[in-house]
Amino acid sequence: MRAFTTLHGLVAPLDRANVDTDAIIPKQFLKSIKRTGFGPNLFDEWRYLDPWEPGVDNAKRRPNPDFVLNQPRYQGAEILLARQNFGCGSSREHAPWALADYGFRALIAPSFADIFYNNCTKNGLLPIVLSEEQVDQLFRETEATEGYRLYIDLPAQTVTTPSSEVFRFEIDEFRKHCLVNGLDEIGLTLEHADAIRAYEERRRQEAPWLFEA
Amino acid sequence: MAGKTLYDKIWDAHVVRHNADGSVLLYIDRHLVHEVTSPQAFEGLRLAGRNLWRRSAVLAVADHNVPTTDRSAGIVDPVSRLQVQTLAANCRDFDITLFDMDDIRQGIVHVIGPEQGATLPGMTVVCGDSHTSTHGALGCLAFGIGTSEVEHVLATQTVVQHKAKTMLISVDGQVGPGVSAKDIILHIIGEIGTAGGTGYAIEFAGDAIRALSVEGRMTVCNMAIEAGARCGMVAVDDKTIEYVKGRPYAPKGELWDKAVAYWKTLHSDPDARFDKAVRIDAASIQPQVSWGTSPEMVAPVNGRVPDPAAETDPVKQRSVERALEYMGLEPGMPITEIKVDKVFIGSCTTSRIEDLRAAAAVIKGRRKADNVKQVLVVPGSGLVKRQAEEEGLHKIFIEAGFEWREPGCSMCLAMNADRLEPGERCASTSNRNFEGRQGQGGRTHLVSPAMAAAAAIAGHFVDVRNF
Repeated sequence: MRAFTTLHGLVAPLDRANVDTDAIIPKQFLKSIKRTGFGPNLFDEWRYLDPWEPGVDNAKRRPNPDFVLNQPRYQGAEILLARQNFGCGSSREHAPWALADYGFRALIAPSFADIFYNNCTKNGLLPIVLSEEQVDQLFRETEATEGYRLYIDLPAQTVTTPSSEVFRFEIDEFRKHCLVNGLDEIGLTLEHADAIRAYEERRRQEAPWLFEA
Repeated sequence: MAGKTLYDKIWDAHVVRHNADGSVLLYIDRHLVHEVTSPQAFEGLRLAGRNLWRRSAVLAVADHNVPTTDRSAGIVDPVSRLQVQTLAANCRDFDITLFDMDDIRQGIVHVIGPEQGATLPGMTVVCGDSHTSTHGALGCLAFGIGTSEVEHVLATQTVVQHKAKTMLISVDGQVGPGVSAKDIILHIIGEIGTAGGTGYAIEFAGDAIRALSVEGRMTVCNMAIEAGARCGMVAVDDKTIEYVKGRPYAPKGELWDKAVAYWKTLHSDPDARFDKAVRIDAASIQPQVSWGTSPEMVAPVNGRVPDPAAETDPVKQRSVERALEYMGLEPGMPITEIKVDKVFIGSCTTSRIEDLRAAAAVIKGRRKADNVKQVLVVPGSGLVKRQAEEEGLHKIFIEAGFEWREPGCSMCLAMNADRLEPGERCASTSNRNFEGRQGQGGRTHLVSPAMAAAAAIAGHFVDVRNF
C-alpha cells in the first residue's frame, strides 16, 4: 500500500450529500478483475454527457462542463471535499480504487459510510472527518479561491488552511500506523497466527458444529 | 453489571485478540464469496504466495452477472463471462465449494446462505457485499466487507474490527393487513435516515418483528445497510430454530441439540443497555413507496411527493430538488398518480418463496396494464424457483403477462442484461433507488412485492390494501 504522511494538495468541492458508491463508480465498471484503471470512469454518469459503451475511448467522450471535476480550476485535485454520508451504499472497493486511480489521496467530509471508510484506509486513501461547520467553511473558501490548497499532516492529524488555520481530526491508531507506513495488514495479522489457532482449538470444544466439514 | 446485548454476546465469542488501539481481531465462521468483489482478493493471495486459512469456511456462488434467461448458451457479455469464469477458476485453484450457474442451489448469495443452513445463529458471517446484513435475521453477526478485507479473511479467517455502538429498534404492536416486512424497513429508514445507523449494529425487536417469519426478518435486516448500519440482527426464537432445522449445512444429531442449547441464549439480556433506542409504532406503518434517489426518501402510498420549498435545511432542500428532477416528478403530486414502465420483483431483499407468494396472491387471475412494458419475476435461488413452480406460482405470473426468470441479482443493479433504459420508471422490490442503479437514467421506486405486483396490474402505484 502507498504510504500517506503529508500532502499539500489542490481541493475539489463536490457539494452533494449521500453520494453513494454506485455514483462513484457505476456497476458497469465492476466487471473488471483488476484493481486499477477505474479513474477515467470515476463519477461516470455525472462526468460525461454521452453514456459509456463497451470499448469506447473515454478520452473521446463529451465531458459534462457543469460537473465540478471537469472545471479547469480543479484539474489535478488530490483532495475531495464532500458532504455527509459520503460513500454510502454498496461495499464495492472499486469506489476507493477509482478515487485513488483518478488521483485523489484524501477525502474530507462531515461523515463517511462505514464500509467505504474502511475500504479507503486499505488503499492509501485518507478519509478525514471534520465538523459540519468546518466543512462548510472549506466549501466556501474552496469555491471563493482558485487554486485553493490544503496541507494535510497525518502523523500530526491536522488539516491546515492557506490562512494557517489548523483543524485537528481523529483516526484510529492502527489505521494511522498502517497508512503512515504503507503496511500490509494481512502480514501484520499473520504475526498472530498462533492466537488464531488457539482460538480455533478453544472454539472447536465450545461449538463443534461450526467446524463440521 | 448490566447484561449483554445480542451483539455483545456474539462479538465476545469471536474475539481472537485485543489490539493495542482498541480494535480486535475477530474470527469469522462463514465467508460467502461472489464474482464481483473477489477476483482482486484472489489475485492478492497469489501475488503474496498465501493460501486459504480455512477452506471449509468459504462458500462461493456467482449471482451478479448471471443471465436470468435461458442459460444453455452461457453468458453473452464477454466481460461478465470472464468474471464468472474467474470465480470458477479461483474456486478450483483454492479448492472452494462453488454453486455454479447450472447448480439448482445457485442463487443470490444472501438467499442461498440461509437456505443451505450455511449461515447459522451465533455465527460471524462476512461477504464482500453490503447486503450481508441480511443473515443477521438468524441471530448471527453478519456484515459486508471490502475486497481487501475479503483477501484478509481468506488468508487469516479474521478481520480487524472496532466494536460498533448498539441500537435497538423496537417495532411495537402489530402492523395492519397489507403491510409487509419491506414496508416496515422502508418506514424505519424514512424515520432514522440513511446515515441514522452509521457506526451502529442494529437489533430489530418488538412484537411486529417477532411476528415476522424468518424470511420477513431477512428483508428487514437486508436493508439495515440502507440505514447506514453494517449489520442488523434479530434475536433467536423458536421460529429461527425451526427455520434452520434440516437444512443441508445445519448440524445434525447430537451436535444439533448442543447447537440449539447455545442458540437459545442468543438474545439481548433484559437489563442489556443499548447506546441508542428507537421505538416505532407498528400500527402507524403504511405501505411505502420511495419517491427519490435515496432509500430515506419514502412516503406512504396514500401520501404525496414532497415539496422542496418546505425543506428548511439547504443541503436537504437541494437533495430533494435534485431527486425530483432526476425522478421526473412534480412536488405535491399524489404517489398513486405515478405511472410505471417496468416492474422488478426480486433481489436479496425480497425474492424468497413468501415474497413470491405475496406477489402472486395480489395478481391471481389479472393481467398487467398495457402501459407496463415488462414485469420481471426473478426468484432468489434455483430452489426457490423450483418450490414456486411446485406451488404453481409461475403460472399465475405468466398468465398475468409477467416474465418468469432464472435466479440472480438481475435488475437490482443491472450488471447482467436486465436493466432500465434512460427515463424508464420501475416499481422495484429491491433495496436501492440510487441514480442509475437499475440502468443509467433509470428511475427506481422501492416497494414491497405485493405493492410491485399491484402496480404492474394497475399501471401506477395503488394501495394494495384496497386492491
